[in-house]
Amino acid sequence: MTDNRFVNRSELIGILVLAVFLVVVLPLTLDVFRLNLVAKYLTYAFVALGLVICWGYGGILSLGQGVFFGLGGYCMAMFLKLEASSVENTKIQSTPGIPDFMDWNQITALPFFWKPFHSLTFTIAAIILVPGIFALIIGTAMFKRRVGGTYFAIITQAVAAILTILIVGQQGYTGGINGMTDLRTLKGWDIRPDHAKIVLYFFEVGCLFVCIMIAQFVRHSKLGRILVAMREKEDRVRFSGYSVANFKIFAFCIAAVFAAIGGAMFALNVGFMSPSFVGIVPSIEMVIYTAVGGRLSILGAIYGTLLVNFAKTSLSETFPELWLFGLGGLFIAVVLAFPNGLAGIWGDYVQPRIDRLIVSRKPKPEGWTDSSVADGAPAE
Amino acid sequence: MFGDYSLGDLGSIFVMQGFAGLILFSVYVLMALGLAIIFGQMGVINMAHGEFMILGAYVTWMTSNLFQTYMPGLFGGYFFLAMILAFLASGALGMLVEWALIRHLYKRPLDTLLATWGLSLMLQQAYRSVFGAREVGVELPQWMLGSLQVTSSIEVPINGVFVMGLTVLITIAVAYVMFKSRWGRQVRAVVQNRIMAGAVGINTEKVDRYTFGLGCGIAGVAGSAFTMIGSTGPTSGQLYIVDTFLVVVFGGAASLLGTIASAFSISQTQSTLEFFMSGSMAKVLTLLAVVGILMLRPQGLFALKVRK
Repeated sequence: MTDNRFVNRSELIGILVLAVFLVVVLPLTLDVFRLNLVAKYLTYAFVALGLVICWGYGGILSLGQGVFFGLGGYCMAMFLKLEASSVENTKIQSTPGIPDFMDWNQITALPFFWKPFHSLTFTIAAIILVPGIFALIIGTAMFKRRVGGTYFAIITQAVAAILTILIVGQQGYTGGINGMTDLRTLKGWDIRPDHAKIVLYFFEVGCLFVCIMIAQFVRHSKLGRILVAMREKEDRVRFSGYSVANFKIFAFCIAAVFAAIGGAMFALNVGFMSPSFVGIVPSIEMVIYTAVGGRLSILGAIYGTLLVNFAKTSLSETFPELWLFGLGGLFIAVVLAFPNGLAGIWGDYVQPRIDRLIVSRKPKPEGWTDSSVADGAPAE
Repeated sequence: MFGDYSLGDLGSIFVMQGFAGLILFSVYVLMALGLAIIFGQMGVINMAHGEFMILGAYVTWMTSNLFQTYMPGLFGGYFFLAMILAFLASGALGMLVEWALIRHLYKRPLDTLLATWGLSLMLQQAYRSVFGAREVGVELPQWMLGSLQVTSSIEVPINGVFVMGLTVLITIAVAYVMFKSRWGRQVRAVVQNRIMAGAVGINTEKVDRYTFGLGCGIAGVAGSAFTMIGSTGPTSGQLYIVDTFLVVVFGGAASLLGTIASAFSISQTQSTLEFFMSGSMAKVLTLLAVVGILMLRPQGLFALKVRK
């Protein structure tokens, strides 16, 4: 690909198809309950999108994306919870004006780190900055010392475990194992009724497309190419004079921020936040979505997330026994047989046939490029 | 935090908590030994290691039931047979998994992590379907119950002493196999330089398969020992897997001595802290300390020089 535009033609078509699917087809065909489920799945798509950049392109497997999802989600939930815990709403508590779980845990004043979350501006800044800075610290500590690969995966996993235990243990400050429930309004606007769910869905899809565009930009910029080069032969990039660590830190931070936006959307759309979306198991599941969709494909990650979650919901509703076998088997199959996931299958089998159909009718246009995922082999 | 206790009480607390820590240490060592062998030699992250351990625990449970029904006279000694069966069952499953799954992924270590995670989900569901979702407990033989009174304020449970003795024996056996036997020499040769080891005529594929089997077998024995101190459920293995990985990484992969040292320090820190604060905070502080030290010293406590 020689052009410097951040979207080439086949990708533009792919993005438009996804846009029509999410903005027109799904809202017209699904009822509000199912649409809200899709909204919930799409919050994970933000994480999967970040993982494409960080894992697919950068080769950095983070098993702690749940941490950033959780941080973003908890920031949003703290704001919503404070609004829901106004003095009028909490008259029956022994200390009115603080969240209900604090009252149950004999805390009588709002802790200092909760106070700034009265402001929506601060909350939005915190959703981006808290996970971003946290990722910056972890990334700097690890990548500057050239820790990577499996070690990095294990350490991020440990961080996920630590944060979960901390949230569950500090019940009075975080809501414990139940999380923050009963979120009601955003700046006085009720987020619970059906029409609010629909508005929030479209807002989320809008945010998702902004993130897709950022990911596209990163991928087609020089930065994206250095990431791929680094994944393939880190030493050569280092000897060429690039600071490998800084590029890795950037990729990790951008993945963290995407995950955090997803978490905030989760709190808004689903109406609660709990530690069960922070720990090791959800973090690895988020990696599954990316792997199934195709770790090298930005759009594939979104389809992968939707597909796995639909399968999870329908299978676990009808065959709860089989669901884990299915998920485990899917994972092994993807890793063994289709390391590039759905996007790989599409690029290898479906796309060439479509191309052949089109090409047989008209001559090959100039500047025509092959499948959109031919950027290289999977990470070592 | 020390104010309410006299000096003698504090001494007893440290000894008893230290002993509780030693039991935790035993479980960590037994699990981490197998993991260190697998991770150290092959660079394979085996996320299903906890499930291999639980397989050993279920085998022990079945053996004890068998003895109880058919040979109640010999019940006192069932554990020794159960341990051998657990080793064989987990080891055989390990070799099968290596053959079917792992050997295709040696060039992609991160992918082994994902594939073995899938495997662990399937094994968990299999245990749930076969043994039920409820936790099962093994009935201990008479001689393992009760406790030893060391001084007036210090007493230690016999099953704990037994598990610790077992850990020491297995560690010595593994060290002997790895450092004295011909096969151990081959394993170490493959760790240090796979290509050269192959060039001098070592069948590296076979070494890989048996090493993976041995690592999983030790996990099975760990599960067997685990039944002495806790009950077993389909997801019990998952609780220990992250801790165990931290133990291995903290000790420096591929170093058995490092694994033991790190298991000791982590378990002792955790159980001593547990007395003074809630269990969850003790765990958070311990893990934070480990992660913090790893950020400063990524190669772990004892690093082995390996040609990449």
